[in-house]
Amino acid sequence: MNDTTLQNFQTQQDPPTASKDAARDPYTQAPTPDKGQPVTRNENVEENLSVRVRDLNLWYGDHQALKDISIDIFANTVTALIGPSGCGKSTFLRCLNRMNDLINSVSIKGLVEMDGHDVNARGMDEVALRRRVGMVFQKPNPFPKSIYENVAYAPRMHDMVSRKADQDELVERALRDAGLWNEVKDKLHEPGTSLSGGQQQRLCIARAIAVRPDVILMDEPTSALDPISTATIEDLMDKLKKDFTIVTVTHNMQQAARVADYTAFFHLGEMIEYNATKQMFSNPHTKKAEDYITGRYG
Amino acid sequence: MSQSFEEISAQLKKRHRRSARMKWMTMGALILSAAFLVVFISDMVVRGWPAFQQAQLQVEVSYDEQSQKLPLAAVDEDVRPLISRGFFRSLPREMENNPELMGTTQTRWVIADSRVDQFLKGNEDRLRPADKETLQALVEDGRAALKFNTTFFTTGDSKMPELAGIASAAIGTVMTMLVTMAVCFPIGVMTAVYLEEFAPDNRLTQLIEININNLAAVPSILFGLLGLAIYISFFGVPRSSPLVGGLTLALMTLPVIIISTRAALRSVPDSIRHAAFGVGCSRWQVVRDHVLPVSLPGILTGSIIGLAQAMGETAPLIIVGMVAFIPDASISITDASTVMPAQIFTWASEPNSAFAEKTAGGILVLLAVLIFLNALAVWLRNKFERRW
Ligand SMILES: Nc1ncnc2c1ncn2[C@@H]1O[C@H](COP(=O)(O)OP(=O)(O)O)[C@@H](O)[C@H]1O
Ligand SMILES: [Mg+2]
Repeated sequence: MNDTTLQNFQTQQDPPTASKDAARDPYTQAPTPDKGQPVTRNENVEENLSVRVRDLNLWYGDHQALKDISIDIFANTVTALIGPSGCGKSTFLRCLNRMNDLINSVSIKGLVEMDGHDVNARGMDEVALRRRVGMVFQKPNPFPKSIYENVAYAPRMHDMVSRKADQDELVERALRDAGLWNEVKDKLHEPGTSLSGGQQQRLCIARAIAVRPDVILMDEPTSALDPISTATIEDLMDKLKKDFTIVTVTHNMQQAARVADYTAFFHLGEMIEYNATKQMFSNPHTKKAEDYITGRYG
Repeated sequence: MSQSFEEISAQLKKRHRRSARMKWMTMGALILSAAFLVVFISDMVVRGWPAFQQAQLQVEVSYDEQSQKLPLAAVDEDVRPLISRGFFRSLPREMENNPELMGTTQTRWVIADSRVDQFLKGNEDRLRPADKETLQALVEDGRAALKFNTTFFTTGDSKMPELAGIASAAIGTVMTMLVTMAVCFPIGVMTAVYLEEFAPDNRLTQLIEININNLAAVPSILFGLLGLAIYISFFGVPRSSPLVGGLTLALMTLPVIIISTRAALRSVPDSIRHAAFGVGCSRWQVVRDHVLPVSLPGILTGSIIGLAQAMGETAPLIIVGMVAFIPDASISITDASTVMPAQIFTWASEPNSAFAEKTAGGILVLLAVLIFLNALAVWLRNKFERRW
């Protein structure tokens, strides 16, 4: 009975229809509410579909790193990707903002859909996509610029602000949302790299949310941080999901249990189980997920 | 059974001895190379220092009608042979420019002939006995002395050693380097940016990369021949001009700049590029706003070192005719010109001891410029080096 959830979840979806709303401007529309609700959904919360992935396959040259991944990611939730290292979590995450484009050997087949638009379609500009899908990396990587510039750079580049006052306001808001404002408000013009690791990571989060994306991808955002900074970031993720959809990779099962609404378990390039986190950690449907979660595996 | 400390120490002694020996050998190598450098530089200073001094004589100069017509008449017959011909040559112009001098007699210091200069420096004695007596009398009166040689830094080449200077060669060098940099800095940096940041990593770019590395190892004289064939014979660029010299050196410097720029770009961690792509930068925005600012010190350092290399280059410039005899510098890049190393080369081939010291003096000036450039490169690297 292990795979029923997954099968139900997959079969209840409409087949992908890439050009449903092609005529509409994708970025002024709210995400379309999803009708086909998978059984794993928390029925009590009104949720929208944010990203839809169908039969996604990815190869690094001859090596297949992702096999037939299908998953729905819901707006304003935290989705955690767990699994042993090398199972393709980061690779999958990078499919959502096409960071894999930077790797020459990659070839992709399948559908990644946002707002009814195939992100891999020829007409999709990866710059536009990344404007809506921000990313936070494993190792904090602030630009070698001032704290202020780190946050202001992207909005300015995307022509979101024209006046200096607007820009200041936007920087303050992003830093406040990232819970960093009080710590840095007196040293906005010091280099971002002068902050502690945890602060740098929150600066990177501020940088990502400054352009008001829909989705924020986080690839093991706390794996380089101490426990206290980790807790701060986890709290932050919980607050941020009010405004953003968060997809995070984590090595740390407790972290997934603490922050995620949904958890997807990956293994050897396949997605074995996708479930509400509570369900996943109390009563997983698949043996592999259970073994992994209980520590009998990887 | 584990070993006792005694057993371990006995074996360690040999290892420690060997590392002590290696330490002394490596230190010896350093001392040896430092010694070579010290010997070389002090030798140059000892030989070149006299070039910065020039014998001058205090004589009575009468500015009158006769001396305007016949400048030799301006000074006393005795001291006449001791004075540089250059002084007499410049006299009519001086009087023309300063009419108030007319009819006066001035006691002033004038540049001495190079035989006097060499005699006072104890190098060569080519003075006639009578002149030597006059000179000795002047020396006793304190009216002949070695003074700082401003002429060396303000004039061009001359057949008279006491009038020969490095200035027009220095101007030629500056003009040539301007041409070189104007051509190869933008082309080199852009090529490197393309290869590092834009080009796909395929056979073609690998082939290009190998060839650029090979190009950097080509003997410079071949670039001179190439410059001669392409610029002078084919495009008709004026011979001996800073334009052709600069373009020729650009051929040579280009691979150096490309290679050092690529190294600087490659040293920028990918995490910065990922961060920039992650916020939605286009490729050019990533390069312009994030990669170039971080790598700029490295690029400048590499370019300055390439420039310094080109500045010391002689062979290719001789081939394109930049060993011209240039008494007066022109600041046009199409006029005939010479450069410092070529000037040094010219002086070095003169048999006269007066020119020998110019050679060493010229080398000192060139060395000073090169050391300054290298120091600038080091300073830039340290000042703007960032950690991330
Ligand atoms: N740039 C790459 N080139 C080739 N293979 C890669 C690359 N990145 C990852 N892989 C391979 O893809 C698989 C999945 O990697 P990754 O997504 O990084 O795993 P995870 O993040 O789950 O640890 C691994 O087998 C890894 O070796
Ligand atoms: Mg990973």
